[in-house]
Amino acid sequence: MVEAKIGGIESENNQGKSGQGKSGQGKHDQGKAEEHQASERREFLGLLAGATGAVGAAAFSWPLIDSLNPAKDVLALASLEVNLESLEEGQSITVKWRGRPVFIRHRTQEETKQAEETDWKKLRDPQSDSQRVKNPQYIVVVGICTHLGCVPLGQKEVAQRGEYGGWFCPCHGSHYDESGRARKGPAPLNLAVPPYEFIKDATIRIG
Amino acid sequence: MTKKQEMTQKQTNKTLQNPILKWIDDRLPIIGLLQREYIDYPTPRNVNYFWSFGAIATIMLLVMIVTGLVLAMQYTAHVDLAFSSVQRIMRDVNYGWLLRTIHMNGASMFFLAVYIHLYRGMYYGSYKKPRELLWILGVVIFLLMMATAFTGYVLPWGQMSYWAATVITNLFSAIPIIGEQVVAFLWGGFSVDNPTLNRFFVLHFLLPFVILAVVFLHIAALHVTGSNNPDGIDVKSARDTLPFHPYITSKDSLAILVFAIGYAMVVFYAPNFLNHPDNAIPANPLSTPEHIVPEWYFLPFYAILRAIPNKLLGVLGLFGGVAILFFLPFLDRSKIRSCRYRPLYRWLLWLFVIDTMFLGWLGSKPAEEPYILWARLGTVYYFGFFLVLTPLISLIERPAKLPASISEPVLKTSDHPRDS
Ligand code: HEM
Ligand code: FES
Repeated sequence: MVEAKIGGIESENNQGKSGQGKSGQGKHDQGKAEEHQASERREFLGLLAGATGAVGAAAFSWPLIDSLNPAKDVLALASLEVNLESLEEGQSITVKWRGRPVFIRHRTQEETKQAEETDWKKLRDPQSDSQRVKNPQYIVVVGICTHLGCVPLGQKEVAQRGEYGGWFCPCHGSHYDESGRARKGPAPLNLAVPPYEFIKDATIRIG
Repeated sequence: MTKKQEMTQKQTNKTLQNPILKWIDDRLPIIGLLQREYIDYPTPRNVNYFWSFGAIATIMLLVMIVTGLVLAMQYTAHVDLAFSSVQRIMRDVNYGWLLRTIHMNGASMFFLAVYIHLYRGMYYGSYKKPRELLWILGVVIFLLMMATAFTGYVLPWGQMSYWAATVITNLFSAIPIIGEQVVAFLWGGFSVDNPTLNRFFVLHFLLPFVILAVVFLHIAALHVTGSNNPDGIDVKSARDTLPFHPYITSKDSLAILVFAIGYAMVVFYAPNFLNHPDNAIPANPLSTPEHIVPEWYFLPFYAILRAIPNKLLGVLGLFGGVAILFFLPFLDRSKIRSCRYRPLYRWLLWLFVIDTMFLGWLGSKPAEEPYILWARLGTVYYFGFFLVLTPLISLIERPAKLPASISEPVLKTSDHPRDS
């Protein structure tokens, strides 16, 4: 294969040197066949060079693209401790984690009961309340509407909480329940539960 | 280059009186090109003022680039400094208030001109053979403009800037499976933040120059086929056309002046009319304003998004609303270009124009009844117009009789000394 190729290039060179290359040099049929082969080889070499170039360019484009992904320092700033001792029943606080709001609500007993008793299997994003909390008194969710990312209302006690008593997103009208589950409106998913753990009775570490 | 083109080039070259211009043109044939494309360019003699909006849009692009360049020399793309650097432009930079209001309202005027330009193309069938590619390049420009205006709106880093950036980038989270990764990639983080602002500034700086390049292609394609005209019939003889200069240049200049007067009135008397007061509040990632609305030029598409109760379908509807314009040349089966001679389609098109304005109005309303229902009806007509009415109407429509030539109706009514 390789030899044949070199041969092809040589014959092409020879032809080049001997003048007009192409036609009318009084050669025999074999010459024409060789020429045909040579052009096929040239085509193949062109293809090979093109393909190599394309693979190279594609490989090099990855660092360019990946440089736009979250950088290491952004990934590093990712854990936060919150003390919940002063958070009374019925109160909520918002903390900032990874640049986004996290809602923490100390639910009242009725709210917790309501959340637990909901027939969750029929919901659009079926999750039971116990799958969404570590300690049923506290609901911790990322305060970003799963529709298009607005921050829902409901953290202030006087705020609108929507038809299901949790949160309400005014941007396009999504309603969430006491467990942060999407119940009405365009939001397809429940409010996300961030990774967190209770490190003391009333202190959590998010991230 | 064909023989004919070669000859015309030689001819224009010969007519160059100025020895310096001739010297340049012999080495770089650009003077002859300008002469051919902007002086001699034969334009149908019946074009009306709707044909001036391309020139107006070009001027707007240049205004945006010039004001944008000097604004960029004062602006700081950092989440802690962006808002105050724009306030500084407004208060301390010499004429900063003027440059910013020109730039800010210029975006609206640019879109206004382009929307009229686009409706013009639809009414007179300028997208039809042989101008399909010309039309498609126009839609590319429209898309690039949307991206430019969106990234620009984020730069002042007010509440509306921030939440517009959040909602629009989140549209991509509707992509199945990889949506979240795509959005993190767009943000360069876990929310709209400094990396996002930085890259948006770079894109906002770059895209207008990309637009400029596509505008060149758009005009190159135009000058292959020549301009369409209100009768939508082909140029048949030299009597049908007038040289671009001085006829069209003077007409366009008048149109540009009138447009500029309107623009100046907005800039000087109502600079914040189109602005949202929430954008005077610095961005706060922890609290969304009660009513977020996009700039007016995005409202019809926003209304389509909200009309569809499913997230993925809503996003597809929004992008589809723009993308469907690409296919218009192939959806319309009628050979007649101008709506002047299409008695049925004309009314459907007017209804479409009203529909887009209606959707625009609905997009500014809160997402509640009855607006949602109306937006659904408007959305049905929007897509029905393109996908059902446009392809099918030509089956039943009986077009009116076309004039024999462009010059026939014109010259009948006016005694044109040039042609006698
Ligand atoms: C297609 C042309 C352009 C459009 C449609 C456009 C649109 C916009 C819009 C809507 C804003 C927000 C205005 C506000 O609310 O304050 C903006 C801001 C800005 N633009 Fe542009 N722009 C264009 C070209 C450019 C160019 C070429 C540059 C720079 C080279 C530029 C630089 C800036 C800067 C620095 C700002 C932030 C300052 C401000 O808010 O006024 N723009 N642009
Ligand atoms: S972002 Fe919350 S409903 Fe659209």
